[in-house]
Amino acid sequence: MEPSKQISLTGRRSQKRRLKSASDNYRGYMATDHNAGERGAESGKLRRWKLLRGRTLLWVHVVPIMLPTAVCNGHLHHHHQKQNNLLKSGICKKNGITKGMKKNGVSNGTLYKKTFIEHFEQAPMYVAVLTFLGFGVGTVFGYLRDFMRAWGLEKRNIATEREEQKDFVPLYQDFENFYTRNLYMRIRDNWNRPICSVPGPQFDLMERVTDDYNWTFRFTGRTIKNVINMGSYNYLGFAETDVNALKTVTIELQKYGTGVCSTRQEMGTLDKHVEIEKLVAKFLGVEDAMVFGMGFATNSMNIPALVGKGCLILSDELNHTSLVLGARLSGATIRIFKHNNMQSLENLLRDAIIYGQPRSHRAWRKIIILVEGIYSMEGSIVRLPEIVSLKKKYKAYLYLDEAHSIGAVGATGRGVVEYFGMSPDDVDVLMGTFTKSFGAAGGYLAGKKLVDFLRTHSHSAVYATSMCPAVAEQIIRAMKCLMGLDGTTQGLQRVRQLGRNTRYFRRRLHEMGFIIYGNDDSPVVPLLLYMPGKIGAFARRMLEKNIGVVVVGFPATPITESRARFCVSAAHTREMLDTVLNALDELGDFLRLKYSRYSKSSHPELYEETSHELED
Amino acid sequence: MDIKRVKDYIYWLYYQYLLITCSYVLEPWEQSMFHTITVTVVAMVVYTAYVFVPIHVRLALEFFSQIFGGQPESTVSIMN
Repeated sequence: MEPSKQISLTGRRSQKRRLKSASDNYRGYMATDHNAGERGAESGKLRRWKLLRGRTLLWVHVVPIMLPTAVCNGHLHHHHQKQNNLLKSGICKKNGITKGMKKNGVSNGTLYKKTFIEHFEQAPMYVAVLTFLGFGVGTVFGYLRDFMRAWGLEKRNIATEREEQKDFVPLYQDFENFYTRNLYMRIRDNWNRPICSVPGPQFDLMERVTDDYNWTFRFTGRTIKNVINMGSYNYLGFAETDVNALKTVTIELQKYGTGVCSTRQEMGTLDKHVEIEKLVAKFLGVEDAMVFGMGFATNSMNIPALVGKGCLILSDELNHTSLVLGARLSGATIRIFKHNNMQSLENLLRDAIIYGQPRSHRAWRKIIILVEGIYSMEGSIVRLPEIVSLKKKYKAYLYLDEAHSIGAVGATGRGVVEYFGMSPDDVDVLMGTFTKSFGAAGGYLAGKKLVDFLRTHSHSAVYATSMCPAVAEQIIRAMKCLMGLDGTTQGLQRVRQLGRNTRYFRRRLHEMGFIIYGNDDSPVVPLLLYMPGKIGAFARRMLEKNIGVVVVGFPATPITESRARFCVSAAHTREMLDTVLNALDELGDFLRLKYSRYSKSSHPELYEETSHELED
Repeated sequence: MDIKRVKDYIYWLYYQYLLITCSYVLEPWEQSMFHTITVTVVAMVVYTAYVFVPIHVRLALEFFSQIFGGQPESTVSIMN
C-alpha cells in the first residue's frame, strides 16, 4: 500500500526527501486550513482516508519541537532559516493573510473562552486511614467466611469449581471474585432494583426483602411510588410517556415493526436510517454520520476498523470499558496518559514521535488520542482546546466519545465541541450515544471523510443488526425538538433548564460541605463517600426517604474512593431538587459525610445579606 | 426528653462506630464476634495504660532531672 521504492529516510542528507515525502503523503488532508482539504471529488474521499494510514514521519532534527507547525496548503515549509524570521515576530502567513499572534501572556489564557473550574479535593488523612481500616475488617471477615465455606461449615451459595476440577487452575480466587463474594453480596440490595415505570424524574420501585442476607430476594408485592430518580441518565428529560410526544414513534412502530433482522450492508438500511444519519450530521455540523444499534458496540467494533497494528493509541486513564475493549481488539499499541493531564499527553506524544515503534524505531502509522467528553465517574470535562492544539502540533488524530456530553453541555446541546466554542472540524472522529440525552438506544460516529470508509469497513455494518426504526424515530423526534425543527422552543428550554439545575445542585452541595468531583458545568455529580460501611447505609437511607440514588464502589472506581453519583435532569423541578438537597443535608450530618475543608459555612443565608450601607 | 436525647446521641455514636469499622455490613453473629474482640482489645489497652503509664512517666522525669540538677544535691549530702 505504501511507497514502493525503498528510499532512505534517515540521516541528514535525506532531509529534503523526508520533507517531500511528508508533503506527498499529507497533501490535501493535513493542511491546517481546511479549504485545501475540501479540494477533490467524492471519489477522492476513500483514497484520502487510505492516505491517512500512511507513514507519519520521524522529525528528529528537522523541526525544533517547540515551534508551532506551519503547514499551509499541503506544503511543508523548510524549517531552516525562514522559520525564525517569521515566527519570532509572531506572524504566520496562511493563504497570504497575515495573522498577528496575540501576546496575552500565558499560552493557555487564550485557549479557553470561559473559566474552566474543576474540583478534585482530597479528603483529610483520617478518612483514608478509616477507609483502609474498614476494608481491612471486611477482608478479615471475608477470609473467615471463605474458610467456613471451604470446610463445609457453611452452605455455598456462589459458583465454585467442581470437585473433579480442584487440581486445575483456580477460577474464583482472584481479588475481584473475593470482593464480589464477601463485600458486594452484603450490600447487593442497593443495585439492580426492579422498576415498574418509565425512568423519568420520578419512578416506581418494587419493594423486595431478603431472608438470607442478599443471596436471594423476594417481592413483598408492594410498589414504592414516586421515588425521585437521581440515577438515570435522563439529562434532557426525554424519557417520558406523554402520548402526544410519542405519537410519531407509535406510528413508526406500527409501520415498521420492532426488528430489522438484517445487517446494514445486507438488507437492513431503511429510509429511516438515511433520515436519521442526515439529521445527526446536520445536528453536529459535520459532513456525514453513521448510526449503530448499540452504543457500546459503536466503540468496541469501530475502533478496530480505524486503527490496527503499527498504530498508537493514547487513551485517558479513566476511559470507559467500551473504549478500552475497542483499543485492545484493534491490536494497536496502547499508552495511557493521566486523567485530563495535558503534560502527560504531550510527553507521550513527543516520546512516540521521537522514538517511534518499540523495537524497529519506525514511525508510527497513525497516532490516535481517545478521550471522552464528560467522564461519567468523575464528572470532569475534557480539556478539548488544549488537546486539539496538541493534536495539530504533533499530527495525531482525535477520537472524542461524547456519550454523556451530547445534549447535556453546550449552549444548544451540541456537546463539548460547542461548549468550548470550537468547530467540529477540529475533531477527527465524533462519537456519541443516544442512550443518555435522547432517551433511546444506540450510538453514532460522525466526521469528515470518515463515514464512507466506515460503511464498508466497520464490523457493525457487516455483522450487526441495524437500529430499530421505532427507536430511530424516537431519536429523530428528540433531535428535532432539540434543534427547534418541530416549531417549538422546547428543546432549547430543556437545555437551559438542565444548565440551571446543574449549577444550582452543584452550588448547594458545595455550600453544604460535601466533596464533589468534576467540572461546575457537568450534570454528572459524584459525591464522595469513601468508607465501605457508608455505601450501603447511604443508599438504604435515601430510599427510605423516597429518593433513588446510585452508589458506586470498586471496581468501577478506585477502591478507596467510593461515591454516590447523581445525574441531574432537565425534568427535575426545583422542588424535587430541594427535597433531595434537604435529605442530603440531613443524611450528611447523620452519617458524617461533609468532609470538605473549603466549604462556606453551613448557613449560607447569613452571608447573603451583606449590608451595603455605610455607617458613619 | 433529655433522656431521649442522650439515648439518641449514644445510638448515633454506636452507629458511627459501626460505619467507620465497616461492621455495619456484617451479619449479627459476625458483629458480636467483632464487638467482643474490639472491646477486649480496648480494655487491655486501657488497663495497660492505667497500670504502666504513671510508672514510666515518673521514671522518665527522674532520668531527665538527674541530667540537669542531679550533682549539687549529692555533694551537699556528703559534705554534711
